[in-house]
Amino acid sequence: MATKAIVGEKVGMTQIWDEEHRAIPVTVVRVAPVRVVQVKTVEHEGYDAVQVTFGHRRPAALTQPERGHFAKAGVEPGRRLVELRLEDAGRFEVGQELTADVLAAGELVDAIAVSKGKGFAGGMKRHNFKGQGASHGNHKKHRAPGSVGACATPARVFKGTRMAGRMGGEQVTTLNLEVVQADPERQLVLVKGAVPGPRGGMVVLRDAVKAPAAKGGRAS
Amino acid sequence: MNPTDIIDRDSLRDDIPEFRPGDTVKVHVRVVEGNRERIQVFQGAVVRRQGTGARETFTVRKVSFGVGVERTFPVHSPIIAKTEVVSYGDVRRAKLYYLRDRHGKAAKIKERRTARA
Repeated sequence: MATKAIVGEKVGMTQIWDEEHRAIPVTVVRVAPVRVVQVKTVEHEGYDAVQVTFGHRRPAALTQPERGHFAKAGVEPGRRLVELRLEDAGRFEVGQELTADVLAAGELVDAIAVSKGKGFAGGMKRHNFKGQGASHGNHKKHRAPGSVGACATPARVFKGTRMAGRMGGEQVTTLNLEVVQADPERQLVLVKGAVPGPRGGMVVLRDAVKAPAAKGGRAS
Repeated sequence: MNPTDIIDRDSLRDDIPEFRPGDTVKVHVRVVEGNRERIQVFQGAVVRRQGTGARETFTVRKVSFGVGVERTFPVHSPIIAKTEVVSYGDVRRAKLYYLRDRHGKAAKIKERRTARA
C-alpha cells in the first residue's frame, strides 16, 4: 500500500530542459494544501485511510451532514472529500495540512484520475482492433470488428466479447511516473509524461506501489 | 495566457532576437564531442516558426554542397549558444516551403529595406 499521497488538479502539459539539454515532457499538477478531515484506522474502521479535502466551498452549498462532518473535524469545507488509502494512517492528525513537499524530485508516483470520455467508440479505437482492408473488394466495412463468434455451436456470442461501446470516463491509474519537480511554494508538482483526464480534472498522486526494485521500489 | 505558462517562464530565454520567416539567421549550436564542447554555426533562411511558449521551434534551411539541409531548433533550447539575425527578408508567406522546389536565383529571398516597426 502507498505510504504517501496527495490530491491535485491537472493544469496541462508542457516541456522543460534537463541538465543534458534534452526536452522532458511534463504534466503540471497544481497541489493546493489538502486538509485532513478524518483518519481511519484498522482498530476503528477496519482499514487504514486518510480522508482529506481541498479547495473551498460556500457554506450554503453544504448539506447538513457534510456541515456536521467538517465542523466535527474543525476543518474549512472543501470542494470534495477524497479518501487516500495509506499505510499506517495513525501518524496523521485531523486538521493537518499536506502540501507538495510530500513528494520529492526523482521519486516514482502513480497518477489516478478519471479519463476523458470518448463517447460511443468503435472496436478499433476502444480495443485496438485492426479493422479491415482498404481495398480487395471491401465495401463499407473498413472499421468493422469482423467476426464475433462461431456458428451453430455455440450459437451465441460469448459474454465479454469485445465490441463497440462507451469508452473513457473511467478511473485510470498510470503507474511509475517520475516526479521531475515538487514546488510547495508555487503549489506545483511536475510529473514526467502524461496523466489521465482532462485539464482541470482531479488527480491523486501516490508513491508508486509497483515500482521496480531497481528504481527505488520496495521489496514486497 | 496558458495555465502552463508559469512553468514555461522558467525555461524561456530572454536573449532571442526578433526574427521571422524569410530572415537569414546564424544559429550557434553547442556540439558535445566526448567531453569537449565546441560551437558550430548553422546559417540559412528561416522557413517556418511554429508553436508557442517553451515549445516554440523554428526551421532553418541552407544549401550545402548543392544539397538542401533543413534543421529545426527549439527557440529556447539551451543547446543554442546564440542566435544572430544576418538579414531581414521580404516574404509574403509564413511557411516558405516553396523554397524546396527552387534553386539558384529562383530561391533568392528579397531583402526587406524598411526598418522594423
